[in-house]
Formats: sequence, C-alpha cells, structure tokens
Amino acid sequence: MANKSEKRSGAGVLNKLSHVALAVWAILIIYPLIFTFLAAFKNNTEIFIGNPFALPSHWDFESFGRAWTEAKVGTYFLNSLIVVSVSTFGTMLLGAMAAYVLARYEFVGNRFIYFLFIAGLAFPVYLALTPLYIVVQELGLLGTHTGLILVYIAYSLPFTVFFLAAFFKTLPNAVAEAAMIDGASHTKLFFRVMMPMAKPGLISITIFNIIGQWNQYVLPVSLLPGGAEGQEKWLLTQGIANISTAAGYQADWPALFAALSIAIIPMIIVYTIFQRQIQSGLTAGAVK
Amino acid sequence: MRQGKYPFVIGFLIAPLALYGMFVLRPIAAAVQVSMTNWSGLSPNFDFVGLENFQKLLDDDKVWLAARHHVFLLVTLPVITIALALFFAFLLNMGGGTRGGMMTGVWGSKFYRVVFFLPQVLAVVIVGVIFGRVYAPDGSGVLNRFLELFGVDPVPFMAEYGLWSILGVLVWQAVGFYVVLFAAGMSSIPAEIYEAAVMDGASRVTIFFRVTIPLLMETVKVAWVYLGILAMDAFALVMVLSIDEGGPDGATTVLPVQIYKSGIRESDYGYASALGVALAVFTIIFAVLSLRGGKRNAVEH
Repeated sequence: MANKSEKRSGAGVLNKLSHVALAVWAILIIYPLIFTFLAAFKNNTEIFIGNPFALPSHWDFESFGRAWTEAKVGTYFLNSLIVVSVSTFGTMLLGAMAAYVLARYEFVGNRFIYFLFIAGLAFPVYLALTPLYIVVQELGLLGTHTGLILVYIAYSLPFTVFFLAAFFKTLPNAVAEAAMIDGASHTKLFFRVMMPMAKPGLISITIFNIIGQWNQYVLPVSLLPGGAEGQEKWLLTQGIANISTAAGYQADWPALFAALSIAIIPMIIVYTIFQRQIQSGLTAGAVK
Repeated sequence: MRQGKYPFVIGFLIAPLALYGMFVLRPIAAAVQVSMTNWSGLSPNFDFVGLENFQKLLDDDKVWLAARHHVFLLVTLPVITIALALFFAFLLNMGGGTRGGMMTGVWGSKFYRVVFFLPQVLAVVIVGVIFGRVYAPDGSGVLNRFLELFGVDPVPFMAEYGLWSILGVLVWQAVGFYVVLFAAGMSSIPAEIYEAAVMDGASRVTIFFRVTIPLLMETVKVAWVYLGILAMDAFALVMVLSIDEGGPDGATTVLPVQIYKSGIRESDYGYASALGVALAVFTIIFAVLSLRGGKRNAVEH
C-alpha cells in the first residue's frame, strides 16, 4: 500500500486538492441552508447583531407556529400545493395528448402546429407579460387560482410537447398495430397502450414541470395581485418574497426564517428520496 | 383506418391549442401590437404611435443600464459556471486517479453530486431571501463574518457590488446542474480513449484539457445557451435581493424588472410591451448566434 501511494505521490497531492475543492463547494452550498434553519430559532437581535455562525440561545418552535398562522405560510403552502398539482396534471394530460397526435399521426397542418408549439420555447415569458395580464383580466380570471393554473399549463406546453413528441416517436409501431387489429379505438390505444409505454419519459417531464411550476415567481406575482382578499390566494414563493421585502428591523425575522425552512425542508426531503429521478428529469431537456 | 382519424386528432389537439393560443400566442402577438400604441391601461382609448415607445426606450437610462447588466451576466455567468462545473465534474469522475488503467472518481463523489445539485430544486426567490442574510453589510452577515477572520472590514455587498453579488447567487445555484450534466457526458466518453491517454503517460491535467473538454464541446455549447437565457432573466433574484428592486439607483436592474415595473405596477402597457419586444429580440439573437457558432468545430466520438 505504502509503496503504491509513494509512487504516485504527485497524484496523491492532486487527490487531496480535489477533495479540498469539492468539500469547500459542498460547504458553500450547505451552510446558507443550515444558517436559515438555525435563524428560525434565533431572535431578531441574534439575527441582526449576532454572530451568523453561532447557535441560537433557545430552541423552541414558536417561530414556526407564527410563520404558519400569522404570516399565513400555511395558506400559501396549501395554495401552492393545489395550484401545482392541478396544473402539472393538466400539463401532462394535455401535453401528452398533443405530443402523441403530433408525433404519430399524419394530417394536414401537423408540421405547422408542431412548429407553433416549439416557437413558444424561443420567447421569454416577459415579452407577453403585460398582454397576458390584460387577457387574464378580461376573462375575469385575475386573482384566481383557475386563471393561474390555465396560464401555467399554457406556458408549460411548448417544452412538454417538444420533449414528449420526441419520446412518442421512439415507441415501436408493432404494439400499436396489434392493438388496432384487436379493435382498440384511437383513444383507448393512447390511454391503455401508449401512455404506459411512455412512462419513463412522462416521469422525467412531470418532475421537470412540478419543480418549474413550484418555483414560479413572476407569473403569480403578476396574476395574483395583493389586497386583503387577494393575499389569501397567494402562493408560497410570492408570500415569502412579500414577507421579506415588507420586513423592516421591527419585523418578525425568526418567523421569516421559519417560513423559509418550511418551504425548503420538504423540497430537500423529496429531493433526497428521488434525487436520481429528479436529476435526470431536470437535465433531460439539456440532453435532448 | 376504420374509425375517423380526424375527429380523434382534433379532439386531442383542441384543448391544448386553445389554451396555448389564448395565453401564449395571443399575448405575444398583442405585445408586438401594443408596443406601438400609447395605451396606459387607465383609459380604454389609445392611439397608434408607431415606434415612439422604442424611441423612448432608447432614451431611457434604466434600459441602457439593464442592457449593460445583461451583457455583463451574458459573459460572466456562462464562463464562471461552465469552468467550475467542468472542473468539479472532472474531479467527481476522474479525480480518484487511475486504477488498472481506468480513471476513477474521488471518494464520496455520489454525496458531492447530490449536494451540488440541491440548489437547483430550491425556488430562486427563496434562495434570494436567504442570500439577503449571507450578504448582510455588517458582522451579522455570513460572508462578512467570514471575511472578518482575515481582517477584512465589512463589505456593503448589495450597495456597492450588487451585480457581482447577484452573479454569485446565480452561479451558486447553477453549478450543480451543469456538474451533473457534464459528469453524465464524461461517463459516456469511451473508456478506451482514456486508457490510451493514460498509456501514453498523459497527466490528468493534460487529459482534462486535451481529451475531456474537446469531447464535451457539444454539451458545453448547450450549457452556454441555457446559461445565456438565464442571464437574460434574473428577475426573481433582483426583485428580492437587491436594494430597491434593481437599485441602488438602477445598479442591478435588468429588463424583466423594468417590464414588470412599467407594465404591472404602472400600467404603462405600451411601453412595457416595447421593452418586452426588445428583450425577446435580444434573447433570440443571442440564441441564434450561439447555436450557429455551435454548428462548427464539433468533435465526433
């Protein structure tokens, strides 16, 4: 052993340096998150004057309670959950339907419709932000979850269609033909045969959409205006941004950090469990 | 086909197309139209003013500041992120040295991969709020307290180095994604190529620059486009992290922030739409240029 490592002492130094570089970056990633969690237990003085590397003087979960009820993080969290579940489901259903038809059926206008969807990838959401606001307002959907859900679905379609159309094209024809000979209808073929076969692709893009929609900020902040009533509809990202910008020195900072922890911890848990799927789901777009 | 193909096709396409047309295509078309009016949103009446809004845009100092900030981010964000990500990905895949002619990853590479990627699943807004405390201008800030150990006086990060600080957060969040992307690319490079390089006595540094990077060029170009698009955004971070939403005095503003302020806040629909058109043109030119550049110099393997 000793002999071997001596022979490669140059490589050994490099090895150690590699570890140092990787460990430093890992600490840079983890520490701000640990700091956030600790700050939830501190008081305003400890957060504003204290040492950011110190532990809190008391350990109680009061700030979490205040964040959940008084700062309405509980409401925001549930709102996000509702909006994202419905919109991701809608995105996947409508996206898969469009992608399937575009990928596997020949008809007049196929190329054109496909191109229309793909073109949506080229435009930043900010281009259409103001007119979108007006459209949603005209439909009477401003400040409603329904409006936001429909908008989320619409903006998630280009990438979903693009990705799934490519996926449906790779599925073998033989199974589809056999099902047709057995007398399956087009609809049945899609739901019973093609969807199950496309499962890996569907999972990747579902994860992609859940994370993208959960983290959305500009759309809710534009389409769910404030006001006493409007604020009840807010989503988590927008609620937390509001607590942080409204917060002065007198504000309840521990509750803000408790709110941040409430937002982060479920993501970390879900991520740790599904990290392999999440990594491949999110990078799937770049690999294409 | 026995049953009608067209009813089925239409049935499957109508809902997605209707939503997409209503909330994406129509607003995009309207943005171009509205950008040539003086619609203030307050009155239902507006006039066609031609390119007046674009003229106003060219005279707007904030727009020029924002454009300069995008150019800054467009250069620094991809360069720094890609360099760090390539470096880390290489260490993770091959930092462990050679064992029996095979390159191996460092110990714990799986753990690092999980940790590095983590910021990717966190909302930008939440990351922005956290970094408000990381960048706090006195000893209670994480970064300043750390610098204090080296005798550095407190740095007013957001007040004086706002754009660099925002760049720091963007890099912090993005690197892990590209580490995973590049690491996957590296592991698909055939082992024989590395074996041959090791046989020839190439060092790891040589292998990194002469073998790995050229073979990863396609992935790097994809990364470049993605990061460039990110550099054209930065909305959420600037809104929650910077002083006065893009300040102080416009020092960190970006076009999306200007669009949001004039469109949603001030109901200056015409002008905000013109800004939107400008941003879209800027983004599309960037994407076309980088994809064009990407066609050449590809190395096949």
